[in-house]
Amino acid sequence: MKKEEKNLEAIKFLLYSLADDDLIIGHRNSEWIGLGPVLEEDIAFGSMAQDCLGHSLSYYTLLNDLGEPEPDTMAFNRQVNEFKSCHLVELPIGDYAFSLMRHFLYDTAKTIKLNSLASSSFEPLKLLAQRIRREHKYHSMHGITWVQQLGNGNDDSRSRMQNALNEIFPAAFGIFEHHPFSQTLHDENIITHEDKLLNEWLEYISPLIQQSNLKLGNISEDEKVKFLGGRKGFHSEHLKDLLDEMTIVFKTDPVAVW
Amino acid sequence: MKIKSLDPRIDRLGIELEPKTAYSPAREMDQWQTYEVFHQQNRGEQHMHVGIVHAPNADMALLYAKELYARRPKCVNIWVVKTSDVTGTQYEDSDMFDPATDKSYRETEAYKNTRSVIEKFKKKNPNLSKHTPELEMAENSDGRPKTKQSNSSTEDKDKKKPGIVIGKKK
Repeated sequence: MKKEEKNLEAIKFLLYSLADDDLIIGHRNSEWIGLGPVLEEDIAFGSMAQDCLGHSLSYYTLLNDLGEPEPDTMAFNRQVNEFKSCHLVELPIGDYAFSLMRHFLYDTAKTIKLNSLASSSFEPLKLLAQRIRREHKYHSMHGITWVQQLGNGNDDSRSRMQNALNEIFPAAFGIFEHHPFSQTLHDENIITHEDKLLNEWLEYISPLIQQSNLKLGNISEDEKVKFLGGRKGFHSEHLKDLLDEMTIVFKTDPVAVW
Repeated sequence: MKIKSLDPRIDRLGIELEPKTAYSPAREMDQWQTYEVFHQQNRGEQHMHVGIVHAPNADMALLYAKELYARRPKCVNIWVVKTSDVTGTQYEDSDMFDPATDKSYRETEAYKNTRSVIEKFKKKNPNLSKHTPELEMAENSDGRPKTKQSNSSTEDKDKKKPGIVIGKKK
């Protein structure tokens, strides 16, 4: 395979993983709309979920420019095993502590990825990442503030956040799962290698977790492996349920013009 | 019996149609306190009061203020102030704001007709206008002020910019 072709394939893979992660977490978090703990939080969380759908649309549009199908087709008309999202974003919303902790882990990781993408050698992605990063700043501020508030709240709030962290932390490693293009993307300065990003992320969140009076457990390789495979198209059963629900209206008439 | 809804999210909550225990009324001050939100559209402009948010503390109030009041309009800065920290007058005292005598001449509205008053005055007193620079400017047939071209001496310029002259003399 020629170098240019391989690079293009690598870029498409990267865009699919970014788009799918944002689409699925966006849909998951939107499930809280109308059910949030207080009105203000309901509005803020729902609006961030909507932002995430917007980010995924931007990535799908970029893919479309590179010859892939229409964004709606990619979002609503793909098989489960065609999705490149990580397992973390697929898990059901759980209670609010769980969703907040996932939001914190996902959005701090997204910060690390966007920082790398903001100096990508692939110009359209670089510009897009710089644009998304502005909006994302609030998302990460929201996640960090909540975790610090509840971690430093009372015994009940702290223990619920710690339980959520214990439960979900192993799945978060899947955000940085290796894939066949990791090295190519790194060598071509399109995005930093996952191993390096993972370390950057752990360095970033460790003090934040500590300030929140919480503890990051030592996660064994076996625990991490349970949540890997997303980038290769292997998903938990939750993704199928989510896609069935998300596409229920679309599937009633796939050719309808909206 | 659980609530059956068209919304699958509601079904997943498994809410009982008839709650087993009666809902107890909310405690007094069950809600978070309120914060007043001030929004600044451009740097240097005044912050404008836009509404309130409920929040447990100032950090959280800022989070909500941004999402509730600064999503659409341009914004560069937000303030939040605890509502309980605001000191205000009493509505019973609001009559103190009503003036006892007519002071409408102090209102900016009163200057609305200044230009037409000048025009009227000028028509009545055509000779006076020659000695009044403002009126001279308005008299130009092409509508543009002619002062720039006509007054070339430095003495005249200094007269027009008294601030600069004073500064130089000092």
